[in-house]
Amino acid sequence: MSYAKALRCRKCGREYPLEAMNLCDFCLSPLDVTYDYQQVAKVLTRENLDNAPLSMWRYRDLLPTDGNEVDLGTGYTPLVKAGNLGRRLGLDQLYIKNDCLTPTYSFKDRVVSVAMTKALEFGFETVACASTGNLAASVAAHAAKANLRACVFVPSDLELGKLVSAAIYNPTLVTVEGSYDDTNRLCAQLLQKYKWGFININLRPYYAEGSKTLAFEICQQLGWRAPDCVVSPAASGLLFTRIWKGLQEFSMLGLVGQVNTHMFVTQAAGSSPIVRAYEAGSVHINPVKPDTIARSIAIGNPADGYYALMVARQSGGGACAVTDDEAISGVKLLAETEGIFTEPAGGVVIGSLAKLAAQGIIKKDDLVVALITGAGPRTQEILTGIVKAYRVQPTTESVAEVLGASVK
Amino acid sequence: MAIKQVMFTFPEHLIKEPIIYNLSQKFKIVPNIRRADVTENRGWIMLEMEGAEEEIERGIAWVQSQGVRVDPVVGDVVEG
Repeated sequence: MSYAKALRCRKCGREYPLEAMNLCDFCLSPLDVTYDYQQVAKVLTRENLDNAPLSMWRYRDLLPTDGNEVDLGTGYTPLVKAGNLGRRLGLDQLYIKNDCLTPTYSFKDRVVSVAMTKALEFGFETVACASTGNLAASVAAHAAKANLRACVFVPSDLELGKLVSAAIYNPTLVTVEGSYDDTNRLCAQLLQKYKWGFININLRPYYAEGSKTLAFEICQQLGWRAPDCVVSPAASGLLFTRIWKGLQEFSMLGLVGQVNTHMFVTQAAGSSPIVRAYEAGSVHINPVKPDTIARSIAIGNPADGYYALMVARQSGGGACAVTDDEAISGVKLLAETEGIFTEPAGGVVIGSLAKLAAQGIIKKDDLVVALITGAGPRTQEILTGIVKAYRVQPTTESVAEVLGASVK
Repeated sequence: MAIKQVMFTFPEHLIKEPIIYNLSQKFKIVPNIRRADVTENRGWIMLEMEGAEEEIERGIAWVQSQGVRVDPVVGDVVEG
C-alpha cells in the first residue's frame, strides 16, 4: 500500500487527487506527490532497509505506487570509491554513483519503472514519450514488460545506434520531421488529442519520484549519511531537485542526520540555461536553443529549471558548465581512471567536477558523490580518433619489435 | 472551441509593448493570464488561450513574429 496522499501544487499549495495530471489548474505550476510521512516513519527503518532486496523498489514506501511494480531489475547500482580519479582531481573522498548499470543503461529506468507502474494502475493502454535516446529505450523496454503499447517519438535525425536501442523492444517508433521545437509542440498537442499515458508529461509527478531512489541508495551505501557534495547533470532539472527531495525525506524520517549537502548542477555550455541563470544571479531561466553533443541533457527550456536553480542556491552548492571538448575529456578521464564508460552527460559531470575542485569550490576533504547517469556505448560516435592500435605480425618477435622495451 | 496553455517569454525590447492586448484585438482569442513575472528587462507569462483552434494557431504565429518566444507550459518534453 502506498503512503502517497495527494498531488500538491509546488507554487500555490492546492491539492489534487492522485490522478494522471501534472499541472495545477489554477496557476499552471507543476504538481508533486505528497506522502503521509508519519505513517512512513512507522514502517521505514534502517534495519528493514538493510535487509530488503537490492532493488530501487526497497524504497517503495516512499514511492507513489499501489500495484505490481513494472520492474526490469533496476537499482542498487554501485557507489564506487574513485581513488584514481580522486587523486587526479585532488579529492580524497570521491565516489561515483554508477547508474550506467541499469537494465537499459541509464538512470531513466528508475523514473520509467515508477511511471509505467502508475500507467498500469490508471488503466492506460498506450504509453508515450518524446526522446533523443535514453528515455525512448527505457519506455520501450518497460512497456514490453508491462504488455503496454509504447509510442515513442524521436527526432528524424537521431543516430542509428539510439534508434536500435529503442527499436529492439518493438515499440511504435515515430520519427518527427522538423526541429526540436516542432517535436516539443507536437507532443504537447498529442497529449490533448489522445488518452495516452505520456511518461514525462501527464505521468510526470510519479515519474519524478523514481529519481529519489538515487539519493536513497547513496545515503544507504555511504552507511546512512548524506554526502557533503553532490555533482549532478541537469536537463529538465528534475533529477537534481528529486535528489534533494530524497535527501530531505531521509533526514525527516531520521534515517540520516541533518542534510548539509551542497548541490552542484552541471550542464553542457551549449545548453546551459540553469547554469547561466545561476551565474547571472537571476531567478529567470532564459530558454535557449540546445547545441551540444551531450544530447541526453540538451533541454533548452527546462521544466524544473527554476526549482533546480533554487536547490543549487539554497544548499550552498553551485553551477558549472563545460564545453563539448571538456565533456569528451571528462568521458575519457573517467574511463582511463575508473574503468567506467559514460555518455557525454557523464563527461559534463566529470569536466565540471574537475573545474570545481581546481577552483577550490569543492574541497579536498569533502565527501563528494558524482552522478554518472548513462552509459557510453550508445553515443560512441562522439569519440573520434581514440583507436590507436599497434599493428603486429602473429609472432612474438613482431610484438617485441613493435612494442619494444615497453613489453616485459 | 479549443483551449491552449502556453508560455510567452519576452525579450527586453518588447516589455513595454501591449502584446496580449493586441493579440486579443487582432484575433478572436480570449487570453487568460495565470502566472507571470515581468521585470524591466525581461519577462514571462503563462496563459490560457480560448478560441477556435485555427485562430489560436494564427495568434501564436503572430506573437512569434513579433519576437516573443512561445513554449508549452510543461517546458520541453523531448528528453534524452
